[in-house]
Amino acid sequence: MDDNSRKKHLLGMKELSREEIMHLLNLATSFKDVLRRDIKKVPTLRGRTVVNLFFEPSTRTRTSFELAAKRLSTDVINFSAPSSSILKGESLLDTALTVEALGADIIIIRHSSSGVPHMLARHLKASVINAGDGTNEHPTQALLDAFTIIEKKQETSGLRVAIIGDIIHSRVAKSNIYCLKKLGADVRLIGPATLLPSCWKEMGVEVFTDMDEGLKGVDVVMMLRLQLERQGKAFFPSTEEYFRQWGLSKRRLLSAKPDAIVMHPGPMNRGIEIASDVADGNNSVILEQVTNGLAVRMAVMYHLEEKKEL
Amino acid sequence: MSILIVNGHVIDPSQGLDGRADILVENGTVKKLSANGIKNTKGAEVLDAKGMYVLPGLIDMHTHLREPGFEHKETIRTGTLAALKGGFTTVCAMPNTNPVNDNAGITEYILKKADTGGAARVLPIGAVTKGQKGEELAELYMMRKAGCVAFSDDGKPVSNALIMRRALEYAKGLDALIISHAENLQLSGGGVMNSGFLALTMGLKGSPAVAEEVMVYRDIALAELTGARLHIAHVSTAGSVRIIRQAKERGVRVTAETCPHYFSITEAAVAGYNTSAKVNPPLRSGKDVAAIKEGLRDGTIDVIATDHAPHSPEEKTREFDSAPFGISGLETALSLGFRLVEEGVLDLPGLVKKLTSNPAGILGIERGTLREGAEAEICVLNPEKEFAVNAAELISRGKNTPFDGWRLKGAVEATVFRGRLSRWA
Repeated sequence: MDDNSRKKHLLGMKELSREEIMHLLNLATSFKDVLRRDIKKVPTLRGRTVVNLFFEPSTRTRTSFELAAKRLSTDVINFSAPSSSILKGESLLDTALTVEALGADIIIIRHSSSGVPHMLARHLKASVINAGDGTNEHPTQALLDAFTIIEKKQETSGLRVAIIGDIIHSRVAKSNIYCLKKLGADVRLIGPATLLPSCWKEMGVEVFTDMDEGLKGVDVVMMLRLQLERQGKAFFPSTEEYFRQWGLSKRRLLSAKPDAIVMHPGPMNRGIEIASDVADGNNSVILEQVTNGLAVRMAVMYHLEEKKEL
Repeated sequence: MSILIVNGHVIDPSQGLDGRADILVENGTVKKLSANGIKNTKGAEVLDAKGMYVLPGLIDMHTHLREPGFEHKETIRTGTLAALKGGFTTVCAMPNTNPVNDNAGITEYILKKADTGGAARVLPIGAVTKGQKGEELAELYMMRKAGCVAFSDDGKPVSNALIMRRALEYAKGLDALIISHAENLQLSGGGVMNSGFLALTMGLKGSPAVAEEVMVYRDIALAELTGARLHIAHVSTAGSVRIIRQAKERGVRVTAETCPHYFSITEAAVAGYNTSAKVNPPLRSGKDVAAIKEGLRDGTIDVIATDHAPHSPEEKTREFDSAPFGISGLETALSLGFRLVEEGVLDLPGLVKKLTSNPAGILGIERGTLREGAEAEICVLNPEKEFAVNAAELISRGKNTPFDGWRLKGAVEATVFRGRLSRWA
């Protein structure tokens, strides 16, 4: 990827520097103020066109991007795979070029294959925002998580963050690892050995298979959604056994610091990776994450357009 | 029409030749090879090979020509032209065409097409099992009669160990060679690149070295049990090299090949989701590359084959997960091999052996030699010539090379095939 494309797109947290991350989070703070007003819309990007190009089912992320784009006064089109030409055998690239030809300034892409945003970024003039690609990255989720952590804990440096669950298949986990490491946090991964990366040392993190051990002294407990389709593929024997070892119960949360915050990117499997009383409890910031997602996504879109004008 | 190649340095491992000699070709055969010089008396077409190496035409024992069935990727015509440009006068066509080359009728079709439209010699490899399904043995005897030089389900492993055992036993009775595509499909599990840190951070499914190694070991154990001849295709890992080395030490009839991409580049070539570097087995780590080179040096790996696997640009511009595996390799193989000579891994006769007399010996074919009276199949290598690889300009329909833009030293200057001199400079 050349420097030019790096500036115009948001492909992943791997590609961002600490300064760029901080700039985006600062912008998000301003947009969060906007979202607190009675009139939650600003004219900043009026006349721009944003396309949500989603090849994977998603309600939350797509809605969040859509609303964020609307808050910035852009025109938004949702283009999702089931109704698209993909079924007619049109290639992915042709679909993207078609969307671009409609006048898209920003294309927000979600795809089940890793690297699709990178491929489109190479071929398109529009800005590409990665809204989740395969098991690679989900950068706006990491940004909204970092934003939420800073809101609650003031800073990230030196914080102990535990990410729990299916790490190897989780783009949320990966983006969070890259982001939080760049922001100076102490990151640890907890889960069954079959779902933890074998090359964790190279990632600069620690791993634990014992959750009580791993949660000791933790400031942030970040749960991941367990992909239920992994069951029956020898990653773990049953959801019951999984919850016994890696489910976040009230008792188990006691191993973390008393003021630890509990996060989850949603949608949750209550009773599988997280107990209801924890999800709805005082330590939970899960709904605030959703609100912050709007501010962060506004910041990202604003930033990409701001770059273009330079 | 005769051809006279003068002033060249002839390297022919089949005769132990390594020195200056002239070669006269008449009616498509090597009429005379002389270290004392040959005078042009009959008005032969002359190639002055001063400063160049004159080699037997190279043999690629692992090529995908795609015809019949996948002519949008390659045809026998385009594939053999690419071969000739790469210095290969003989290519062995893998059977994963459509229909699969699993019976004598298809073998005959391929040979007929090659005879009329081929720019180089095509020797078909038949499927081990019907339809390459790994269930029933294909008609090995009849395919052999029709012209198949070996048998392989390449592209897929013969997953069922009992079927592989039977294939080896049956092939032994025919003194036929079985070539193993060594991959345990459960362990490779849909992986699209090498397992490890890079795959993890790119979010791509990894295929671990062990998926290859357990199958290399299984097939060696079965070859040992049956006494059959086994050839391991596209060796890519340090563990495979070690397993093959140990098997050879205890006398198992096993031979092995690797491909230029496994000794030239690592998995890092996949960075940026470069589908041109998506190949099966996948590009591995630096440690594996070092072990492959050591295996070439010490003779554990007998052959350098291309595994030329052309695909259309449309197929390779799909998302990484969906793009097909394969590298278009015929036109860069010799130059990449020549880097091993520059690096001191092999001497030039050693390299030439792995591209001529070794594959000829393993396949049991009378080729890869400049002996007087043999059919004249010649490759002239200019060791000083540098060029930049340009994917778009490859003769092959497959432009899928991870070496696009590379500057390589050592280019094919000319080839002789069926009495015709082609100059590639």
